[in-house]
Amino acid sequence: MTSSGAQLKILVCVKQVIDPETPLSAFKIDPGTKRVAPAAGVPPVVNGFDENAVEAALRLKDSVGAEVTVLSMSDSFAMDVMKKPLSMGADALVLAQDSQFRDLDPFASAYVLAAAIRKLDGFDLILCGRQASDWDNAQVPTGIAEMLGLPLVTVAQKLDLASGGIVVERALPDGYEVVEAPLPALVTVSNELGEPRYPTLRGIMAAGKKTPTTFSASDLEVDPARLAPRMHLLDLAVPPRDSKCEFISGENEADTGRQLALRLREAKLI
Amino acid sequence: MSGVLVFGELTDGHLSGTTAELIALGKQLGESVAVALFGGNMAGAADEAAAYGADRVHLVEDPLLVDGQKDAIIAAFDSLCREVSPDIVLIGKTPLGLDVGPRLAFRLHAGLAQDCVSLEMRDGKLVATRSVYGGNALATVGFPEQGPRIAIVRGKVYEPLAPDASQTAEIVKFEPKLDSSVIKAKTVQVVKRESQGVRLDDADVVVSGGRGLGGPDPFAQLQELASLLKGAVGASRAACDAGWLDHSYQVGLTGKTVTPNLYIAVGISGASQHMAGCSGAKNIVAINKDENANIFKEARYGVVGDWKGVLSSFIETVRELTKS
Repeated sequence: MTSSGAQLKILVCVKQVIDPETPLSAFKIDPGTKRVAPAAGVPPVVNGFDENAVEAALRLKDSVGAEVTVLSMSDSFAMDVMKKPLSMGADALVLAQDSQFRDLDPFASAYVLAAAIRKLDGFDLILCGRQASDWDNAQVPTGIAEMLGLPLVTVAQKLDLASGGIVVERALPDGYEVVEAPLPALVTVSNELGEPRYPTLRGIMAAGKKTPTTFSASDLEVDPARLAPRMHLLDLAVPPRDSKCEFISGENEADTGRQLALRLREAKLI
Repeated sequence: MSGVLVFGELTDGHLSGTTAELIALGKQLGESVAVALFGGNMAGAADEAAAYGADRVHLVEDPLLVDGQKDAIIAAFDSLCREVSPDIVLIGKTPLGLDVGPRLAFRLHAGLAQDCVSLEMRDGKLVATRSVYGGNALATVGFPEQGPRIAIVRGKVYEPLAPDASQTAEIVKFEPKLDSSVIKAKTVQVVKRESQGVRLDDADVVVSGGRGLGGPDPFAQLQELASLLKGAVGASRAACDAGWLDHSYQVGLTGKTVTPNLYIAVGISGASQHMAGCSGAKNIVAINKDENANIFKEARYGVVGDWKGVLSSFIETVRELTKS
């Protein structure tokens, strides 16, 4: 990977996930396969934090100029979903797609993505969402950085370029820290960065004309032995919810508020 | 194979509550529990670790650890793990721990369970229960035979043991002899937002608002209520993302985990992502206009209605009741 004096080259890794806004009533697990069954009529989405990462890349493109490539990995893609980052303003889409890439664990995912990034080569900055809303592992970006030997900064709420490096505000529970790293580097982005932009009509038209580059397992010279899961999934279940809510109501809304306070006092909670 | 190693962290110079929780958990899982502490001047924290039940404390010392750079801490912890070959490594779900765990797992080619809400031994094997799909599901996972089993554990799930100052621990110094090249990303400044009044993390009462409040102004009423109950104000991610409150108020999977006695949720639908941060509350009270809102599945007391009509009289009655 080289960091030349030419235009900044940014790669954003994104994942297609089950829509986390799927109503709980439609959230079902197939006990046989121990997988979440996609709800009928609810299309997948680009992972929310990954959209924040796309937004971070596009802000750098707006401010200092950059070429933004989006990379994803799976056994299958919903193409209209995967084109969303292009319609937001990204320049190119690369899909690592192979039947062997189904449900890979974080270690295997990072291995395949790192192989694709090596093959593409030449990025100054790699951005990822802080974690994916399906398994919430927050491990793949770390793995890519470790395998490629890159500096890693996680949970960014702001990114700026400065003298050959990047300056990142990393969100903390009660404030933030400022972290500096030389380029090339990998940064994970959090929702504190701000809402991702909406695709424009022009962006959607342009995205429609773009054809993604695809890599198969053999294109990436992937060792199948490294795709096996490291952890054993013993069970996947929806936690039991024993609803025991006592509903309070009064003669009108104001009385309801009063009754609620009285009930909480009776229960010695206030 | 030799027992449990806890990644030790400090808060304001003292052993953190999370570390004390992990020691208690470690005692349930292994024969001996060691705690790693990084930097200098750790004698006091080592005594605290002993009081909370640690059998051994590794004082990890290196000139590069003095200013607390994360890359140096990770390299040092990696080095310590190779030296002592722990069977189980326990790390808190903290801003530092969330970075340490995955990097250690990749360096040691070890298994990692993220965001564990339970760890237990089954037939001599470690089994973790972890929250996935934003809290919508629980996954039970087993670890590979090779390498330490690394678990990042959610805070406030396990109770620390009662500290006993008469307990001592074996103190072992470890010098990883780090090369300065291990520091690739460098923290140059930490900006803390001082919270006023009761800290959200420790509050016994939390009054939280969500998207249903419609804007930032109603939070003044929530603050009034929180003050009356000597509690703190929290918010859902939606309210923080909308800019109504700073993200330091965010309760949820990627925000704060709170475990108050009383959690009052106003205009919060109760998405799993939010509940992951407050399901440890002993009593949840929900005010929401949607009777099907998920929050009512978790609430002890509920009001189905518009908060605008309910909240003022609720606050006034609370004021009268708490006056005496």
